Amino acid sequence: MSKRLIQGNEACVEGALAAGARFFAGYPITPSTEIAELMAEKLPALGGVFMQMEDEIASIAAIIGASIAGTKAMTATSGPGFSLMQENLGFAAMTEVPIVVVNVTRGGPSTGTPTKPSQGDFMQARWGCHGDHPIIVLAPSSVQEVYNLTITAFNMSEKYMVPVVLLYDEVVGHLREGVELKGTAEIINRDFPLVPPENYRPYATGDGLIPKLAPFGSGYRYHMSGLSHDETGFPTGNPATIENLVVRLQDKIEKNRQDIIKYKAIDVEDAEVIFLAYGSPLRSALQVQKQARARGEKVGLIQLLTLWPFPHELLTETFARNNADFIIPELSLGQLADEASKSVPRDKITRVNRNDGALITPAQLEQALKGVR
Amino acid sequence: MNNNWELIISGSGGQGAILAGIIFAEAALADGYNVIQTQSYGPEARGGASRSEVLISKEELAYPKVQQCNLMVALTQESLDKYGPLLADGGTLIIDEDIDASALNTSIKVYKAPIFTAAAKLLRPMVANVLVLGILNTVSGIVSMESLVNAVRARVPAATTDINLAALEEGSKIGKELSAKAFKGGNI
Repeated sequence: MSKRLIQGNEACVEGALAAGARFFAGYPITPSTEIAELMAEKLPALGGVFMQMEDEIASIAAIIGASIAGTKAMTATSGPGFSLMQENLGFAAMTEVPIVVVNVTRGGPSTGTPTKPSQGDFMQARWGCHGDHPIIVLAPSSVQEVYNLTITAFNMSEKYMVPVVLLYDEVVGHLREGVELKGTAEIINRDFPLVPPENYRPYATGDGLIPKLAPFGSGYRYHMSGLSHDETGFPTGNPATIENLVVRLQDKIEKNRQDIIKYKAIDVEDAEVIFLAYGSPLRSALQVQKQARARGEKVGLIQLLTLWPFPHELLTETFARNNADFIIPELSLGQLADEASKSVPRDKITRVNRNDGALITPAQLEQALKGVR
Repeated sequence: MNNNWELIISGSGGQGAILAGIIFAEAALADGYNVIQTQSYGPEARGGASRSEVLISKEELAYPKVQQCNLMVALTQESLDKYGPLLADGGTLIIDEDIDASALNTSIKVYKAPIFTAAAKLLRPMVANVLVLGILNTVSGIVSMESLVNAVRARVPAATTDINLAALEEGSKIGKELSAKAFKGGNI
């Protein structure tokens, strides 16, 4: 199959359609606009629905509704819109409705710098909504990865009945690269209830951790609520039931970390210095890592594809084995480095931060590498 | 020349510099190169000087932006003034004959071409961006004409395909004349 030259945002649309998404509701915002634009063009021809909403709150509400009715649904936004979506993101997490939310990141806070990349939403993607909620966050760094991980985002959301956030910066969203749009990717669909409607309790998970939610309109009548609920879906004040719910919501992600956490490790085995990165800074790190190896320096690289749940076990093991120095380049004041410092001692982390809208350059990372060695 | 090209096509917003970059990148991709195309966005891209960057290499590409520009097209004086300093020593520049490049380092090979006169002759000044691709490719020899023609067909509005292909051919002709002059050591 020959490669096509497309933008990251186009690859996101192609991936979503390949995964089976047939509903998109959104409020266009730079630098994610091409996603809405292309969805509007492509969805109707596939029998899907595109809705331009009045704002981002309505956008995420609409995709939650579509997903409850059994349709794979997505919205796309950037920081300001992502902030508005937090309340309903929590609702989807609590009611266990699978949705995919794309956040193409730009400079913040507030409306910030619309046309420039940033990674300042790293923590918000995990902790933007209140409560101990489950969520998965994936982070592509190339156009091919945007395509692949958009499919993965839908698969994980359907498999674990959880909202998945796809997080990539403006540069990844807008650059064009050759991409192979494979038609054979594995597609996962949520399970349908095994019991007849009269015996159905939507949030009864049996021996497992993941509920089988029947699409509304399929004959199964049940209640959904953002309030703490029991297996029937109705609100409860029973302490044990509430405890079980909160713990199960966490466990369905935590107990599947091995399946969910994806990363690439390059030349890490004997590395004395390791770059840890995702998004556009990863691209600079890749170049410098390669240059350093060519010079015979023991430099490795870990690329995070899953940001949340955060791969602490990977960093802990790697550090215990290599006692390596870590260089963490990011387009924020250090959100990734702060999280990594739970597994790697702070004095073994060199931070390279940039917040002016420009990319971290390979030259900057060569400088940082010199400082460590 | 080498096998790693870092190209900037610049002009004023609306001249089609970005589309030209996309077309050239698509042709290079079809010829088996790794490519990355990026462009300036936002206020930077409107009016003023906008730019399209294309990286072309047989090796894998990581960093997505130009680091050592060795090939540049500047369609306006303003865009040359703004981006000209990014051209590395020994690089190649293609500009319209009315543009003044005397401020540039003398190691840079400058091709001055009647880009807008030739486009005007085709009765569509808007095809200057595709015309210059013909010059660029003849001078640099990076992609096959077949791939370039296919990329133009795929990316320009259907109603303008013929005029754009005519512009591409005209550009190639100009490029050949310029290359011949360069070969003889004459003033290009």
